[in-house]
Amino acid sequence: MTDGTERIEFTKKMKRTHKILIPNMLDIHFRMLRNVFAGCGYDMELLTNTDQSVIDEGLKYVHNDTCYPALLTIGQIISALKSGRYDLERTAVIMSQTGGGCRASNYIHLLRKALKNAGLGHIPVISINLAGLEKNSGFKITLPLLRKAMAAVVYGDLLMLLKNQTKPYEVKKGESEALVDYWVGLLSGLFERGRAVSARAVRGFLKRIVASFEAVRIQKTEKVKVGIVGEIYLKYSALANNRLEDFLAEQGCEVMVPGVLPFMLYSAGTRIDDHALYGGNPLIKWAAALIRSFFLKFESYMLEALKGSSRYVSPTPFMRVRELARSCIGHGCKMGEGWLLTAEMLELAESGYENIIIVQPFGCLPNHIVGRGMVRSVLRARPEANIVSVDYDPGATRVNQENRIKLMLAVARERLAERAAASSGPAGPGGASGSEIYVGGLAALSRS
Amino acid sequence: MLRIGLDVGSTTLKCAVLDASNNIKIIFRQYRRHFSRIAERAAGMLQAVREAFPGEELVRISVSGSAGIGLAEKSGLNFVQEVYATKTAVSALLPGTDAVIELGGEDAKLLFLTGAPEARMNGSCAGGTGAFIDQMATLLGLTPAELDGLAARSERVYSIASRCGVFAKSDIQALLNQGARKEDICAAILSAVVSQTIAGLAQGREIAGKVVYLGGPLTFLPELRARFDRALETEGLLPADSLYYVALGAALSGEGAVCGLDELIGKIGAAPSGSGYAACRPLFESEESYRLFRERHGGGISLAPLGPDNRAYIGVDAGSTTVKAVVINSSGEPVCYKYLPSAGNPVGLVRDFLLEVYEKYPGIEIASSAATGYGEEIVKNAFRMDLVVVETVAHFTAARRYDPQVDFILDIGGQDIKCFRIADGCIDNIFLNEACSSGCGSFLQIFAGALGYSIEDFAREGLFADRPVDLGSRCTVFMNSSVKQAQKEGATLGSISAGLSISVVKNALYKVIRVGDPGSLGEHIVVQGGTFLNDAVLRAFEQEVGRNVTRPPMAGLMGAYGAALCAMENGSGKSTILDAESLKSFEHKVSSATCGGCSNRCMLTVNTFGGGRKFIGGNRCERPLKPEGQKQALNLYEYKRELLAAYASHEGRRETIGLPLGLNMYELLPFWHTFFSRLGFGVRVSPPSSRSLYHKGQASIPSDTVCYPAKLLHGHIEALAESGADAIFYPCMSYNFDEGLGDNHYNCPVVAYYPEVIAANMKCLGGLKFIKDYVGPHNRRAFPGKMRAILAREFGDIPLREVRAAAKAAYAEYESYLGKVRRRGEEYLAAAKAGGLRVIVLAGRPYHLDGEISHGIDKLICSHGAVLISEDALGGRFEKRPVAVLNQWTYHSRLYAAARLIAESGDISMNLVQLVSFGCGLDAITGDEVRRILRLGGRIYTQIKIDELTNLGAVNIRIRSLLAAIDRKEGGARHD
Repeated sequence: MTDGTERIEFTKKMKRTHKILIPNMLDIHFRMLRNVFAGCGYDMELLTNTDQSVIDEGLKYVHNDTCYPALLTIGQIISALKSGRYDLERTAVIMSQTGGGCRASNYIHLLRKALKNAGLGHIPVISINLAGLEKNSGFKITLPLLRKAMAAVVYGDLLMLLKNQTKPYEVKKGESEALVDYWVGLLSGLFERGRAVSARAVRGFLKRIVASFEAVRIQKTEKVKVGIVGEIYLKYSALANNRLEDFLAEQGCEVMVPGVLPFMLYSAGTRIDDHALYGGNPLIKWAAALIRSFFLKFESYMLEALKGSSRYVSPTPFMRVRELARSCIGHGCKMGEGWLLTAEMLELAESGYENIIIVQPFGCLPNHIVGRGMVRSVLRARPEANIVSVDYDPGATRVNQENRIKLMLAVARERLAERAAASSGPAGPGGASGSEIYVGGLAALSRS
Repeated sequence: MLRIGLDVGSTTLKCAVLDASNNIKIIFRQYRRHFSRIAERAAGMLQAVREAFPGEELVRISVSGSAGIGLAEKSGLNFVQEVYATKTAVSALLPGTDAVIELGGEDAKLLFLTGAPEARMNGSCAGGTGAFIDQMATLLGLTPAELDGLAARSERVYSIASRCGVFAKSDIQALLNQGARKEDICAAILSAVVSQTIAGLAQGREIAGKVVYLGGPLTFLPELRARFDRALETEGLLPADSLYYVALGAALSGEGAVCGLDELIGKIGAAPSGSGYAACRPLFESEESYRLFRERHGGGISLAPLGPDNRAYIGVDAGSTTVKAVVINSSGEPVCYKYLPSAGNPVGLVRDFLLEVYEKYPGIEIASSAATGYGEEIVKNAFRMDLVVVETVAHFTAARRYDPQVDFILDIGGQDIKCFRIADGCIDNIFLNEACSSGCGSFLQIFAGALGYSIEDFAREGLFADRPVDLGSRCTVFMNSSVKQAQKEGATLGSISAGLSISVVKNALYKVIRVGDPGSLGEHIVVQGGTFLNDAVLRAFEQEVGRNVTRPPMAGLMGAYGAALCAMENGSGKSTILDAESLKSFEHKVSSATCGGCSNRCMLTVNTFGGGRKFIGGNRCERPLKPEGQKQALNLYEYKRELLAAYASHEGRRETIGLPLGLNMYELLPFWHTFFSRLGFGVRVSPPSSRSLYHKGQASIPSDTVCYPAKLLHGHIEALAESGADAIFYPCMSYNFDEGLGDNHYNCPVVAYYPEVIAANMKCLGGLKFIKDYVGPHNRRAFPGKMRAILAREFGDIPLREVRAAAKAAYAEYESYLGKVRRRGEEYLAAAKAGGLRVIVLAGRPYHLDGEISHGIDKLICSHGAVLISEDALGGRFEKRPVAVLNQWTYHSRLYAAARLIAESGDISMNLVQLVSFGCGLDAITGDEVRRILRLGGRIYTQIKIDELTNLGAVNIRIRSLLAAIDRKEGGARHD
């Protein structure tokens, strides 16, 4: 008799026969990651379906009290599987599993339950995790794969950062988006051939990417600068956060969204902190330290590439972000986004993005602590911070969410105007509207 | 040039007009309900402006308000965020204001203008607004003004939930059924709004100085203002034009475009009613399909005469919003019935009904009678009826009469959804709606009322709507704003009506029953309850499950009908029910008292009926009802509480350490108490939780959706801060002890890290040592050294030897505590076996022991004669077994192990009931898994959600249904 606890393994044979579906979270990164996996012999497809059936299927097959990201991810998978586009005997799905004390580490089990209830129980589900939680003979995270994935992440983080800081000011609309597409296409092609992943290549490409954005013609105006922190899926997924970045762009804001790399650094570091706090096996700590320094190296490449740029605000180095947390919250706080979320609020405020939106699924447990719970501490440390916390779930409506955000923006604009008035005061009119114009862009790049 | 501000609220439309000068003087104002016809009403309002100022052609206009975005976007007008508008107006008109409290239809706002300026709005889950007051007034059959008037004459204040109208409704219903005075209930409603605003929005920030009140509810309800004044200990100002501040702020914003008034009216009136909202398929494609539907479901109730024997049976269902009564003859056919809204106490209505029956059928011989529903006890007591029937059993009995093969019953009443599966002729699985999605039927009614329709007309509007609004399946508070969104997108009234009916069905299916495939509910589905009398709801249900279902003619009366049938089954020949004579001299008096039986100090309502009969309500246990010296119940929760109480406060030779008794400290109290005592520290344990302890810390809670056990912690810390302790020790703990039952041994995020929230948000810690270090007693080897470093930092060096010895004693004490619990548990199990008693394993978290958290549910279960143990008492028998989820939390692993043990025990007299805190995200996972494991063994799963306030009446129904189901199963087992 089965008791419902067995799982379908993804076997070596399946690697040859099966297409693997990846639910989307962060477009730039995932498009490249797909190609990384493709380069390693996996037939992968990034899901792009975002229609109403995603939410419907999610509601149908996932406990409604489970957090919104699980509902959307699982809904996206089931809706795709039911679409008739895939040979269900030759399809698998992949999902990340964090393994922390947050309920998110249970998503994969919820997905299996949901598949079973939808009559799709035979579809293998691959867990992608660095905690050694579940193993599949046909899917292994090898060192070369990891290297390539890391390269994709760091390229993704940089592209996202540059795009966010360029797009609001570009003179020719769409230029920075086009540049992102150009790089994603180029790098993906290289990944498939195993290139653009060595340290030297990564450093070179990162610099070229920065240079290409430097060449986009922009007109700098004073804009409200908004930082987004929160639960990782909501922070990135436009499907989940009701196209928050687009909304902010329409409101005339510049947006900063901290990258994926800091989250990976944070995750890798939790074991080091655990060891310091509670003792335990020093080997685990040693291994974690090794992984973290590996990640840190990639971070240093990105910081190095941005160093020469006067145009772009560079992210604060991770180890310093880590120090920032200390004034508010302990490093032992490691479930969900943990102390990193609080630290990112401090970092954003420090880098001039003092208007902050915390996005979280309704009822997100870690965010009771590190998000809402820490707002008062963050304000003590950074009185200029202007923070709004917004909940997302299938029932919450955009009007409500946008109203709350607009209120935060109203305060932000008022402060911006005050600052402009103060700085232009004696110097006379025109002081605050100094605009810089650059020329170049994609056209310039193709010549280089 | 006129400056016009238009404030489109959730229910009302306001307009303020200023002249062209710089004067801030309103020269025209209007306030109207818009009944969701926003564009039309707005155009009308501007027309009125046009007529008032025939000479003015050019105007500058801005729109504001929570429902104003849509209008602004469609008509291309400037939109001003409404809190910002308020701020602009207050700064201009009332300079020097420190704080503004503005309550609107669905919004509550709090603005701090001085110090660090800040604006707070209610979150997506917050009630306590005008709509909340409207809802409550409707429930009581009052206008909001009448409610306010009554509240001024209150004598005592009951505590009711305010976070969400649904909770409050249940609380109020319970009070009504207990016979509480209307005046006091009205006062409780207003107080709930006040405490919600202060606790939910101010979140610890003091509201002081010059306070201004704005918005409809505060303008129209003086008693509400008075209650705010009292709570804030200040006298707030209600300025002239308090309704128009948002509109004023919009008019003052100066950013609006200049346009011609006539052109503007035309533009707004012609705003496209786009169809950008998500839609469901229509309920009926054509008149023809509706005709066929009516043919299937058309039959009304056909009444039979009383038989020649004149024998009759009476069933009364005293439900949450209605009283239903049915008289049947000895063939079980209905003779007469009554369906009455109970705007208060059911007693009077039942008396009238009985008098009517006696008058109509002078020779009637009542052979037996039964009461069921929320008010069953009071009705039975008042009229000396023969028996009470568990609601679920009554419904099943009635449904079986219409479809003997019935395998699934869904009942949607005014306030609650009940559904149960039938297997082998007995109720197998029961789902009652959790507190957060209930209120479906009355929700439809209230919505219709708010839009100015009767429920029948409102439902009819929706039957042929071509694009019903897709409102999803969430709690009603969310639905209000979803409707707002749909209105913005131009949904017609019909589409909203149909959408609401569909959402009621989706709520029942996906939220309460949580079906994966609605087609799998059953083959013989009977739907009933007043809400299904609505054709739109019935149709939506058939569409959603994809099959035709039975709606009995008696759909609205099934509880009462079933009770009458049960009376017939159990009838004894002559009913004890009051006869016509005694009814005439019937009296009913209500008084109140406070129970002194235990520290809960329940507020009791005492109903006396003449002839010495009385009924006491409001009690959480049987203590006030039963004489002293009764046999001690076998209640392991009580035993554990006694054990923990023994770890009392004491002095020591070192500093005194405060330990807050909640979350991760609860079960570890024996550990930490011993640890610090051994080291020579004094120890202060925080007092037992209570409502007043909660209120003490309420202001510093930063997240209003966190679970109640976490919220209570704030009160414990306040109490310790006052206790004179030198330090408070409340450590962060990612990990708990590894009991070897799972793949990891985490605490949940809230239990693990709540000390961080305390440190960040509680002012009372100033000057006090607050030790919130991350500690890991799970690592016995490293623990003493790590702990020593923490202690050295705070209190100076303590030799490692001493710390080691203290740790050793602490581990031993903890083990001993667990051992005692297990031993006592085994004794209780043995006693149960010997006495043939049922065992309920009340499973949850260690801190659910707290009487303020579990609200006496343990005692309630014992009052039904069951033996009660907790899941950890079974610890001696636990095994590590695979589960279908990631098994990584210490406390949760015990749940799975206990469920497995019960599922495999083959002992059907032992059953599990899971307590789940509202807002606990992890229990969404554990609940499903525990249910799955129990199902593998063919066992019933019962989950009880607990929150700040819990409706014990509903809990009681669940417990009794479970016991009734076990009865049937045991009966079945004996026959085999």
